[in-house]
Amino acid sequence: MPTLIKDGQVVDNPWCLLEKGVDLNAALSDKAEQIVVPFALWQDHKDSLMESSKKIAVWLDSEDDPYELANDVIDLPLICLNFPVFRDGRAFSAAVILRERLNYQGEIRAIGDVLRDQLFYMKKCGMDSFDLADGVNVENALNAFNDFSTSYMSTVEEPLPLFRRR
Amino acid sequence: MYNYDNYDKQMLQERIVQFRDQTRRFQAGELSTEQFLPLRLQNGLYIQRLAPMLRVAIPYGCLSSRQLRKLASISRDYDKGYAHFSTRQNIQYNWPILEQVPDLLAELAEVEMHAIQTSGNCIRNTTTDQFAGVAVDEIEDSRPWCEIIRQWSSFHPEFAYLPRKFKIAVCGTPNDQAATQVHDIGLYIKKDDKGEIGFQVLVGGGLGRTPVIGATICEFLPWQHLLTYLDAIMRVYNRFGRRDNKYKARIKILVKEIGAEAFREKVEAEWLHDKDGSATLTQDEVERCKGFFTDPDYQELDNTNQAIEGAAASDLLFSHWLERNVAPHKKSGYRIVNLCLKETGVAPGDITDTQMEFVADLADKYSFGEVRVTHEQNLVLTDVRLQDLYVVYKALKTESLATPYLGLINDIVCCPGGDFCSLANAKSIPIAESIQRRFEDFDVQKNIGDITLNISGCMNACGHHHVGNIGILGVDKKGAEFYQVTLGGSSDRETSLGKVLGPSFAQAEMPDVMEKIINVYLENRQDNENFLATYNRIGMEPYKEKVYANAD
Ligand code: HEM
Ligand code: SF4
Repeated sequence: MPTLIKDGQVVDNPWCLLEKGVDLNAALSDKAEQIVVPFALWQDHKDSLMESSKKIAVWLDSEDDPYELANDVIDLPLICLNFPVFRDGRAFSAAVILRERLNYQGEIRAIGDVLRDQLFYMKKCGMDSFDLADGVNVENALNAFNDFSTSYMSTVEEPLPLFRRR
Repeated sequence: MYNYDNYDKQMLQERIVQFRDQTRRFQAGELSTEQFLPLRLQNGLYIQRLAPMLRVAIPYGCLSSRQLRKLASISRDYDKGYAHFSTRQNIQYNWPILEQVPDLLAELAEVEMHAIQTSGNCIRNTTTDQFAGVAVDEIEDSRPWCEIIRQWSSFHPEFAYLPRKFKIAVCGTPNDQAATQVHDIGLYIKKDDKGEIGFQVLVGGGLGRTPVIGATICEFLPWQHLLTYLDAIMRVYNRFGRRDNKYKARIKILVKEIGAEAFREKVEAEWLHDKDGSATLTQDEVERCKGFFTDPDYQELDNTNQAIEGAAASDLLFSHWLERNVAPHKKSGYRIVNLCLKETGVAPGDITDTQMEFVADLADKYSFGEVRVTHEQNLVLTDVRLQDLYVVYKALKTESLATPYLGLINDIVCCPGGDFCSLANAKSIPIAESIQRRFEDFDVQKNIGDITLNISGCMNACGHHHVGNIGILGVDKKGAEFYQVTLGGSSDRETSLGKVLGPSFAQAEMPDVMEKIINVYLENRQDNENFLATYNRIGMEPYKEKVYANAD
């Protein structure tokens, strides 16, 4: 059973994530009311998706360019960033770009190979919900956000670097 | 030296707690080997041929005597009584036990040391010129800038899972002793005509299987923008560096593939957003960091000393040592003393626990308690009074630390190679030793003069063989250990990559091959030309002819 963490606790996940390659019809006829569509589908059918009665979110894979969402961030309540494997660090930069460059205010969710030992850094980069990979100890994962009490550099979570706070 | 405040201390403690828990979870089977791998690497821990290997960071090569004593006691308590200084101003322990590593790290933390980000695909220990702060011709002391970079890069959340490792070097002297141009980012400190500090920024240098000299993407970056510009470079690399092939994942490949100009444009575009943002450096912060690296209490002394001149006149070895191992100092009456860790028969860069303690004592007595580590695997006492040189020399001699051949052919730079490293194609330490034996006679070495000889046991190039005037690379020829020779490399301001001499040689041939190469130089050199200058003038052909003369 996948576990979603947000704001330091386990929460229900109302969103249904659609895999790559799904077509517009399949997406719109999905029984879920809240769907997360792959980036390619969003790019091709943004208007049709927005006109549907469903709530729409988008997920980016690690090679997708977050800058391409520049005009869309206002419409999206949730953007998911995929970790195909936990050591693929591109989503960290994608989150920073969404927050700092595109000023995205909605929810950014880490999905995919989301493990305990990367959670702290994910949060620092502006991700705020975490869809844990199977097998991750939830108790332990909830502690991850306290691994460090502060950071040296400017981060999304704490834009003032330590040298401006010391 | 930088002193940790409560923030630094707390983050270090938190890191130890974190890694202790990670190690526990790994041993309990909650973390797979694959999941644990980058975590242990980012804490300096490799699993090697014979045992784990732990790499401890020596930030920009600066050590206090207290830290050096701790390194010594750790080598005694957790290892076999010796350790290895690497070409990255780090120190490595070859025999720690995994279960004991968290305790070892806790001991290091007592003296504000750690193994954080000394390996793995993250920003590694920043390196610099070992004479920073005392060099005669220095433009600007690089240490405060290195410390600023150390803090910025430590636990950087965005750049902990890069495509590949990332190394930054900073150089504040006209005479580059930091191999700056073969780093992922190289920073040359400059001053503009108003005296303002800035950085020439090079990217995409590196050694390994594809050696590349870095390309300049910014001629003068005003100091305020250092960190935002670094962030921009890192972000471009993190996003676009190749992740499909480990051997093409370094930033140098990205810069080559898209071209330095296109890379620069991407960085500038990214930088526009961050520029002048909250990560912009402040005068206060720079002053704060500079405050840790002020001059010690120098005395006002003459820059000549008759007693020392007298000693040099009567003790030939001392005069050799003075000439080779002692460098001028910015302060009158002081000298920089180099300790060459290249005693024949000892692995280059290796040092015993007692030697470390001895050097720490000497540093306390004669050099304000500080020691530097060089990327040539030697040590430096930066602030020795001219009048103390003979006493210091005699003391060093008792611990075999006064070998007078810094910068000569026997000052070999050499990776651990097949004796320790599981990636090796061939052994490197015995090659170094056989060459040192061949050139043992000091007069022979002195006659050859300035030269660099670098040995790596495989193409990962930990021994910097591409940038040695003579480079030796261990290769595997149908299961046998062979050695390829390159000539003409250099890592100074005029960095160049060596060219391959020709087919490789068996181990036993190496001393002869070296001798032939040296003889070609000696026969052809004009005036005061050093090895590299002669090679650059006459080219490869004469060396080839001589070395392969009897081959057919
Ligand atoms: C014994 C364990 C070691 C292992 C497993 C190891 C592994 C590697 C690997 C895989 C590379 C190539 C990286 C690349 O091209 O992307 C490399 C490069 C390098 N290593 Fe090591 N190394 C070890 C020890 C050392 C030591 C002892 C030194 C110093 C004497 C050192 C210094 C370097 C340097 C300077 C480079 C070249 C950096 C560059 O490519 O720009 N390493 N190492
Ligand atoms: S050059 Fe090769 S053999 Fe030498 S230490 Fe590096 S990886 Fe090992």
